[in-house]
Amino acid sequence: MSQPTDHLIFGRLGWDAIPYHEPILMATFAAVALGGLVVFALLTKYRLWGTLWRDWITSIDHKKIGIMYMILGLVMLLRGFADAVMMRMQQMVAFGDNAGFLPPHHYDQIFTAHGVIMIFFVAMPLVTGLMNYVVPLQIGARDVAFPFLNNFSFWMTTFGAILVMISLFVGEFARTGWLAYPPLSGILASPDVGVDYYIWSLQIAGVGTLLSGVNLVVTIVKMRAPGMSLMKMPVFTWTSLCTNVLIIAVFPVLTATLAMLSMDRMFGTNFFTNDLGGNPMMYVNLIWIWGHPEVYILVLPVFGVYSEVASTFSGKRLFGYTSMVYATVVITILSYLVWLHHFFTMGSGASVNSFFGITTMIISIPTGAKIFNWLFTMYKGRIRFELPMMWTVAFMCTFVVGGMTGVLLAVPPADFVLHNSLFLIAHFHNVIIGGVLFGLFAAINYWFPKAFGFKLDPFWGKISFWCWQVGFWITFVPVYVLGLMGVTRRVSHFDDLSLKPWFWAAGIGTAIIAVGVLAMLIQFGVSFMRRKQLRDVSGDPWNGRTLEWSTSSPPPEYNFAFTPVVHDNDTWADMKENKYQRPRSGFVDIHMPANTWAGFTIAALSAVCGFALIWHMWIIAVVFFFATVGATIVHTFNYKRDFYVKADHVAKVEGERTRMLESLA
Amino acid sequence: MNHPFVRRLPALLLLLLLGGCNTVVMNPSGDVAAQEARLITISTVLMLLIIVPVIILTLLFAWKYRAANKDAEYAPNWDHSTVLELIIWGAPLLIIIALGLLTWISTHLLDPYRPLARIDAKRPLAADVKPLEVQVVAMDWKWLFIYPEQGIATVNEFVAPVDRPISFKLTATQMMNSFYIPELAGQIYAMPAMQTQLHAVSNKVVHSEGFSANYSGRGFSDMRFKYHSVPTAEFDQWVQSTKAANAALKLDRANYLVLEQPSEKDPIKRFGDIEPGLFNAIVDRCVGPGKVCISQMHAADAARAKIVAELCNDPRAAQNTVSLKKQNVATN
Amino acid sequence: MSTLTAQGAPGADLSSRYYVAHHHPENGTLLGFWIYLMSDCLLFACLFAAYAVLGHSYAGGPTGAELFDLPLVALNTAFLLLSSITYGFAMIAAQGQKKNATLAWLAITGLFGAAFIYFEVYEFLHLIHEGAGPQRSGFLTAFFSLVGTHGLHVSSGIIWLVTLMIQVSKHGLGEANLRRLMCLSLFWHFLDVVWIGVFTFVYLMGVLP
Repeated sequence: MSQPTDHLIFGRLGWDAIPYHEPILMATFAAVALGGLVVFALLTKYRLWGTLWRDWITSIDHKKIGIMYMILGLVMLLRGFADAVMMRMQQMVAFGDNAGFLPPHHYDQIFTAHGVIMIFFVAMPLVTGLMNYVVPLQIGARDVAFPFLNNFSFWMTTFGAILVMISLFVGEFARTGWLAYPPLSGILASPDVGVDYYIWSLQIAGVGTLLSGVNLVVTIVKMRAPGMSLMKMPVFTWTSLCTNVLIIAVFPVLTATLAMLSMDRMFGTNFFTNDLGGNPMMYVNLIWIWGHPEVYILVLPVFGVYSEVASTFSGKRLFGYTSMVYATVVITILSYLVWLHHFFTMGSGASVNSFFGITTMIISIPTGAKIFNWLFTMYKGRIRFELPMMWTVAFMCTFVVGGMTGVLLAVPPADFVLHNSLFLIAHFHNVIIGGVLFGLFAAINYWFPKAFGFKLDPFWGKISFWCWQVGFWITFVPVYVLGLMGVTRRVSHFDDLSLKPWFWAAGIGTAIIAVGVLAMLIQFGVSFMRRKQLRDVSGDPWNGRTLEWSTSSPPPEYNFAFTPVVHDNDTWADMKENKYQRPRSGFVDIHMPANTWAGFTIAALSAVCGFALIWHMWIIAVVFFFATVGATIVHTFNYKRDFYVKADHVAKVEGERTRMLESLA
Repeated sequence: MNHPFVRRLPALLLLLLLGGCNTVVMNPSGDVAAQEARLITISTVLMLLIIVPVIILTLLFAWKYRAANKDAEYAPNWDHSTVLELIIWGAPLLIIIALGLLTWISTHLLDPYRPLARIDAKRPLAADVKPLEVQVVAMDWKWLFIYPEQGIATVNEFVAPVDRPISFKLTATQMMNSFYIPELAGQIYAMPAMQTQLHAVSNKVVHSEGFSANYSGRGFSDMRFKYHSVPTAEFDQWVQSTKAANAALKLDRANYLVLEQPSEKDPIKRFGDIEPGLFNAIVDRCVGPGKVCISQMHAADAARAKIVAELCNDPRAAQNTVSLKKQNVATN
Repeated sequence: MSTLTAQGAPGADLSSRYYVAHHHPENGTLLGFWIYLMSDCLLFACLFAAYAVLGHSYAGGPTGAELFDLPLVALNTAFLLLSSITYGFAMIAAQGQKKNATLAWLAITGLFGAAFIYFEVYEFLHLIHEGAGPQRSGFLTAFFSLVGTHGLHVSSGIIWLVTLMIQVSKHGLGEANLRRLMCLSLFWHFLDVVWIGVFTFVYLMGVLP
């Protein structure tokens, strides 16, 4: 709410918002500023600004947007991981008289930021990026259904991330945990900007995600190649469909709930207050009605990745395709019926608790069916242990343990002693890292050659892989044990010295993971330097089975010169088996969508509006709100949003590829 | 990839995890917590029945069907088996049915709101035993315990007699907290304007701690209290000495309002006398001067709604509705 | 949808079973808009849920029975329902390629919508003036946010309507504009349906004992 001390233009923003007295932050800012200057200098020196704007920022090409999402996710992974390292270090030393190096004021922001960043700005963009890049190629389409909206969605997500990053250097972040329960997140307990940064960065990113969900559902429903019935779609496309249905069906709940919280904070309403009739328990219910499906949004696409990878690298059809599809759909539906398991201890009564506990357990049945199906895809296959397959096998061994502890936590009386403990923390890291992250690493190694034309260096990839395997278990088994020792989450200081060795073990494990992360960065660098040796010439480096492998690496901007016709699952495998012939003539002009300035601009304007709302700069907020609306209206006056790729250009590109493939044979 | 070490790793880690066996959660001194720990063990064993074969088969298949092993059968188009599908869906279904039944029964038996029926596995509770009433208030950032029967109150210290059932009633001042004594029983949230319940019993003499398991702000890490489970005689003695030593310090509204102010790392404090009905006022959020109790507000609202309904049906009285509206708004 | 027979330059061999020469995927705009509208419906569902939870939390303040001016609400409802009918006439005119009739009916729709908003704002200001603003109680918070969000949606619809009127007068009733009119039509009628929910569950049930 407006305070009399708010400045007319600058609201509550003042020079004291900059954390001069926090050495860690000032050092980080210096490093980021330096890095930023270097990037700016390089872009200027090599005159790349034009290319950056034309080929990337304004691009509506799903492949470029997919790559940008992946870059966003990987950059934010470094930030989120840095937060994790700091938390481990604090919990290794903060015993007795030693308060550690992170006072609660700082530590509490770090664990909040760690959760928010990892879920919203690492996992979501990485998963969205994969779906964006791969799905149109897998269904034989040239782009998604709404290319402009795709660009806009990406920039909304990115500006949400930018707002979170700004909170490091201007003001501070929320100190509430990643779901910001009231009354703690209400205006009385958290009057400062932190929760507002949280709300507006998530609202902006949330709009992007919701629209992305609409986009991909319409794409999959309307733009599949002829002959590709639903039951002939690749499994990754199926899981993408279910994921995006989930997104559409739950993100509005997040939007509504955060809007209610922001109204409580800005206007003094009583949704979640203690007095005057509010109900904080309503927030907990609403936010988890969003929150539980959210984790399935993260994991379903990677289940699709595992299906593709297991099948391809075993040289075998996926076992139980129909079963897989039904299992995915069942998981999608059931994910709506379990949310209360996040707060069994709220006292909802035994029958309510039992119902939700049982529905939670039921989800493990289709999930288990999927694991068995991957297992039997490997059975009687010819398994090649390239990195994607290594990550898949590691997932199968790791995720099941996390799933087990999840079913364990689903028994309400068991949860009564484990709720919010480090056991819970270990459980969800077990499933998110073992499930989502391993799958993302498998996907990155799998589809990188398609996107960039050269494979990732296997040596550094294997170092990263083993560091993650060893590091993960050495970190999280002690965390499970600590949970059983009665340690709860979000604590920044301890008095019980018997806990110390376990925190040290977890810290050592984290250091090993850090080596793994570093190895991955080195892998990218080395792969780029060795790209000639690692080149993917044929476009099909893994003997793939689905349509994306029929294109060149990287694919031409129009993906397919002619839309493919589908007769079987594993379309590309079918085509190869039947010795298809590439067409040599008859190319036509291809209708493509044109680039747009509007997505970036509208997103940027809304981000400034968000920043202004956070700092109570009401005049600026109103101005930029109308500017956002205005820019949107101006964009709708643009009716010329397409162009044609000329037939002779297509003929040239396709002809070159045909000749090159023949020379390989 | 399939080095013997890798194959043995899951077993090694399981061994490490068994180090969790002698922990407070798995080996508590309270009967309710002990039953909850048994559930953890049973569920884990049930699920290991699926997980261990899966992990073994994964590593086995990965090894046997590796590309270099040309002796293994290669069936690239084999992608369906009805029998296997039945097992794949059926086996987990059976385990979940078992677990589901266990869940339904245990959730009802171990409902925190349900009064205890036993002292421990061997001793049922006699019908005439009166539980120890304790009222708990989660404050920022400390715990207040009121013993209405004994007429005393403590801050950050909870003492209970062994083998006597305890009946907790819990609330909070401003933030959502979770009351947890690992030695004693499972958690229950403590929330402002709400009253939750917990039933527990301690079976051993033990000196431990309790805390909040739901992050509630900057003093959260230090929001811990001492928990002492002592023989009945010692408990009675403690009550008497608390009353005597702190007779001058009464937990009345004035002192409560002072206590309610945010503070961190509070030392133990004892009140030798309490104002009756204080806890209900805390739940009702009307301890402070001039505050209207929530339950009173609800009753007044309901009464007013009744009057309005009657007026709606009586046109002569409708003239008075305007003044009633103005009157009602003015009182707030 | 698309043909499987050979087309294109003479002499081309496109009878391969794996390619088709011309393929125009169906336009997905209406499906996409429906899906978006359903997500908007979910947003309203959350606000209805909040109203259900908080609807009796008067906190000693005024109740719906004491506050709601049903005749005014009836008038507003009439405006909104009529605006839906006039939008329907606009769509019929548009499908008959009658640009002026379309614009005229759209204008009338917009005026009805504006009247709805005017009286709603009047009602809100009156309530706030009487001390029954959204900060007074949980019930009033839920009331203002549900009804207010609906009003914001109607206002956005009016802005969209004006924009579309300009675009139709400039570019006529081509495929793109017909699609846009169809989307706005869905939006407008959807808001009508939500309003029926609002006046039933909030206003009518609110004045019952």
